[in-house]
Formats: sequence, C-alpha cells, structure tokens
Amino acid sequence: MLIPLAETGNRTLTISLFSAVVAVTLYITWWASRQNKTTADYYAGGRNFSGAQNGLAVAGDYMSAASFLGISGSIALYGYDGFLYSIGFLVAWLVALLLVAELLRNSGRFTMADQLAFRMKQKPVRTAAATSTIVVSIFYLLAQMVGAGSLVGLLLGVKSEGVKAGVIILVGALMIVYVTIGGMKGTTWVQIVKAVLLMTGTVLITFLVLLKFDFNISKLLGAAAANSGKGEAFLQPGLLYGKDLVGQIDFLSLGLALVLGTAGLPHILIRFYTVPDSRSARRSVQWAIGLIGAFYLMTLALGFGAAALINTAKGSPVAESKGNIASPTLAEAVGGGAGSVGGSILLALIAAVAFATILAVVAGLTLTSASSFAHDLYANVIAKTKPSEKSELRVARFAAIGIGAVAIALAIPAQKLNIAFLVALAFAVAASANLPSLLFNLFWKRFNTSGAVWSIYGGLISAVGLVVFSPVVSGKPTSMITGADFAWFPLSNPGIVSIPLGFLFGVLGTYLGKDRSSEDRYKELTVRALTGAGAETASKH
Amino acid sequence: MRERDARAYEAVHDAADFTELKRRYKNFVVPWTIAFMAWYLAYVACNNWARGFMNTQVIGHINVALIFGLLQFVSTFAIAAIYGRFANRKLDPLAAGLNAKYKRERRR
Repeated sequence: MLIPLAETGNRTLTISLFSAVVAVTLYITWWASRQNKTTADYYAGGRNFSGAQNGLAVAGDYMSAASFLGISGSIALYGYDGFLYSIGFLVAWLVALLLVAELLRNSGRFTMADQLAFRMKQKPVRTAAATSTIVVSIFYLLAQMVGAGSLVGLLLGVKSEGVKAGVIILVGALMIVYVTIGGMKGTTWVQIVKAVLLMTGTVLITFLVLLKFDFNISKLLGAAAANSGKGEAFLQPGLLYGKDLVGQIDFLSLGLALVLGTAGLPHILIRFYTVPDSRSARRSVQWAIGLIGAFYLMTLALGFGAAALINTAKGSPVAESKGNIASPTLAEAVGGGAGSVGGSILLALIAAVAFATILAVVAGLTLTSASSFAHDLYANVIAKTKPSEKSELRVARFAAIGIGAVAIALAIPAQKLNIAFLVALAFAVAASANLPSLLFNLFWKRFNTSGAVWSIYGGLISAVGLVVFSPVVSGKPTSMITGADFAWFPLSNPGIVSIPLGFLFGVLGTYLGKDRSSEDRYKELTVRALTGAGAETASKH
Repeated sequence: MRERDARAYEAVHDAADFTELKRRYKNFVVPWTIAFMAWYLAYVACNNWARGFMNTQVIGHINVALIFGLLQFVSTFAIAAIYGRFANRKLDPLAAGLNAKYKRERRR
C-alpha cells in the first residue's frame, strides 16, 4: 500500500493549509513588488536586510525538502549513516564563513560572476560563470520539483502520473509568479516565513518525540535499534556507505563534495548581496549555522523517532517512499495516531511546511538563474550596448519565465531520477566548477581570465562527465539506463577527482593563458574585499 | 573618476594598517581552515576505516560514532563564534579606518 495518508480523511485540512501557504506567500510577493524599482531592488532586495533576517533566509534556502524529508527519512531507514549528509552540509558553512561570504559581499554586486569580472575580461568569464550558475541551479531545481511531484502526491494520497505532473506545473507556475513579481525582496521574505514555519514544525515534533522517551536519548536510540530489526548495527556506520573499498572511496568523495559545495552554490552566494555590509554578511552566516545546525540535530530525533515509533520495515509505506514520508508519518503518530484529531492536524501541518519549503527553495533557484542570465549574459555579453536598468529588468523577468518553463519541462520526464543524487551532483558541480575560481580570484594574484574560464568549464565538464560514465547512469540494475554498460568510472560521486581537477585546470589555464592584465586590479580587489572600500551600499527608500 | 578611485585604492593598499589587516586575516583563516577540514576528514575516514573504534558504546546506546558526529556540530558552532568575535575585535576596526581613509583619498 503506497498511499496510507489518504485514509486519514484529512485531505480537506491538508488542502486548506496548502492554500493558506500559497495565499500568504502570494500576498508577500505582491507587497514586495511595490518596492521593486531598481536593479539593486530586484536582484539584491535593496541590500536592506539585517544579518538575522538574511540568516533566516539563507537557512530557508538551504534547508530544502530534500534535507527536511530526505535526511530524516534516510535516518529512519539506515540509522546512523543517514545522519552523515547533514554533517558535511553543516561543516561546509565554515568555508563560506571564513573564506567567501564577506569578501564576496564586498567585491561583487548581484551575481557570482561579478566578483570574477572585477578584474578579468567581462565576456568570457561572465559566460562561463553564468553557464555553471544555470547548470547547478537547474540540477538543484529538478531535484526539488521532482520531489514536489511525488511528495504532494503521497501527502494527498494520489498516485496518478497526471496529478504529479499537475503538481509540478502548479509549483512551477507559483515560482515564476514569486520571482517575476516579487524579485529578491519577495523571495527573501518567502524564505524567512518558510524558515520560521519549518523550525517551528520541527521543534514541535522533536519535542513530542523526546517526550515519549522521557528526554532520554539512549532510550530513543535503543528503541530505534530494536524496532528497526537491525539491532546495534542501526546505530553504527556501514548500513548505507563504505561496504567495500570502492564504496569507502565513494563515501570520501561524497564527503568532499558536501563540505566544499556549499560555498560554491550560486543561490547561496547571491544571498550575501542582500545585506548592507560585510559585517551583516558575517552575521547572516552565523545565524544560518545556528539555525541549520539546530535543525539537523532535530532531524536526528525525527529520524530515530520514526525508526522507533513507526513501521519502516521492507515493504512498509515509509520504506516504499524511500523514507520521504517518514517525518509526516511520524508527526501523525506522535499526534495521537492515524484517525485521531491530533494526528490529522499534525500530519497536515507538516505536509504544509514541506510544501512551503519546496515553493521557497525553487523560487530562490529560479531567481538565481534569471539574475545570472539577465545580468551576466544579456547585459554584458549579448547586448551590443549597455542596456538600461529597465530593459535589463524586463529581460530578468522573461528569463525567470523561461527558466521556470524549462524546469517544468525537464522535471516531468525526470520523475524517476533519485532526488538525493541530483542534490549531490549539484554540490559536486558547485565544488568543482565554482569554488576553485572564487578562491583563486580572491587569494591568487596571478590568476587570470583563461585560468577562470578553464577552471569553470574544466570543473563542470569533469563533474558531469564522470557521472555520465559512472554506475549511476549505466551498468547496474539501479542505473538510469538499464541494459547498457559504459560505466568505466567506478564511483557514484565525482568530487574526489573533479574538485582537484577544477583547481588544476585553474592553474594550467592561468599559466598557459600568459595574460597578466588581471594583476593590475588585484590590489583594488583585495582592498575592496577586505575593507569594504567602494563596495555596493544599501539603497535608500 | 576611475583614475581617482585607482589612486585611492593604491593609497589604502600601501597603508601599514592594510598590511596588518591582511596579516591578521590570513593568520586566522589559514590555520583554522586546515584544522576544521582535517577534523572533518578524520571523521569521514573513521566512518570508513575505524569501525571498531566508532562502534564502541560509551553510555547506554550512545556510541563513539554518534559522539564524534555531534562533536562536529560543537566544533562548527564554536569556530563560527570564535571567528565572529575575532573579526569584530581585530578586523572590523582596522577595516573601518581604512574604509574612511579610502573615502578621504577619493575626495582629494
């Protein structure tokens, strides 16, 4: 039985809460649209958000449905190993805090490419950076939209492919509305509301779970181990990763991509432009670390709570959903069980939170791609003369519609792809293609245009290319293409090879390119990055 | 305009305070980045290659693996706080002074 949640008869409640989420977010979007006048408003929300507000929005952007439902579900099914993703995801923020956030805030304007374009030839670096921005964002976007389709289907108790496609189209349409009308200001407030909802919902369920075990962690773990049927092994490494040497190297590779990917995710990077100065950028990351860390700690209680309290055995609805409905099912159980009033209310509440999460994250990703298209490609590469702010904004809005449409068109046939794989791939590409050029540009004087271009395309092509020739795509019964085998690369995660390649290409390109003109403005870049002298300021309304 | 900006940047770049700011920043981030990366990779490696150690039970059902994982949270929170304190006290005042210098130079 795949659809246990329909029987609880709370579909009306779930749908009303979903509608409430949509109504509130649309109202925010409409409210924000009245203040969108300049490009700085549209791309960077006027740079008027406080560190705490942006910290919530960063956390909102980062805690996707994949981590809310995926990580707790993974813990519910695989115990301790399910927890490993969240550690890499959290430690990664130190790279962003120490090496990237403040310097980027001071040296860029709207997009990831701005910081490279500061001292390099505009056209080639903007084209390269926009390409990798859009590729990473689309992988991430696909993961969220595929997740949305199956998730909403599961929560509402419908499993027809048509309904899933309908949900994807609805989510896509809503995200286009948020982004075209609300811009960065609207999107940021949607993230803030979502982050508050998500934290509140998670705190509530965590409290109810811990209450059942007298706030004794060991008791909770013991019950989870016993109910999982796997005993102590459920609390130990090895159920999911590192079964043999290839598996162990694969796990190391995944760990590297997770820890180095965050600081190269374009939709996270452009969040640092929404605050007035580098000090607030620092505060945002500190807030984000606190919120995200607390959230991941609570997913432990959710995951082990689900393993202890609900049926996660092979063939159970939770196992069939790959763990994705573990949290909602747990919410129903701790609220009083299926059919009870408390259970129905909590289930509907958590489903609505998950829906808000998906909407907010896809909006952030669409905005990132649209901004990069309009600001990097259109304004600085395609247009013959510098376009007016008005026409650049028009292009950004059309780009948002275009990218939304592409995402919908790709997501419907991509239904069968594994969500965790798409997210991990986005992180691997971000770590291989974006992080090397960002760091080299900030810390290596000699780095030049060809170095940046080589590093971005080199990292991008090696990360995506290695996946194409990995067991993820062919050669195994679980592969995307069955019946063919061109998998000569043994790992599912390309990071351990593609990240060093991204850096290596950066060095090679720099020396082979010979160009030294980018050194002229390195002094300016370092002064600006470290002191904020001449950095973009908040707009005054 | 562009000329004047470039001269102002040059002046800030050559100031003794800027050399000091760069030195302080690098002396903080380089060792700390190496430290947290090594600490994280040690955790990943132990999950792969030190299972006996990781499986040791400490209190009830709580084993070394879980404690090691939770310590990654503790260290991340701690480093974020330490960096914030350091930047507020040692970096921000210098940066603010240099930023003011830049504004003065541009007006000349």
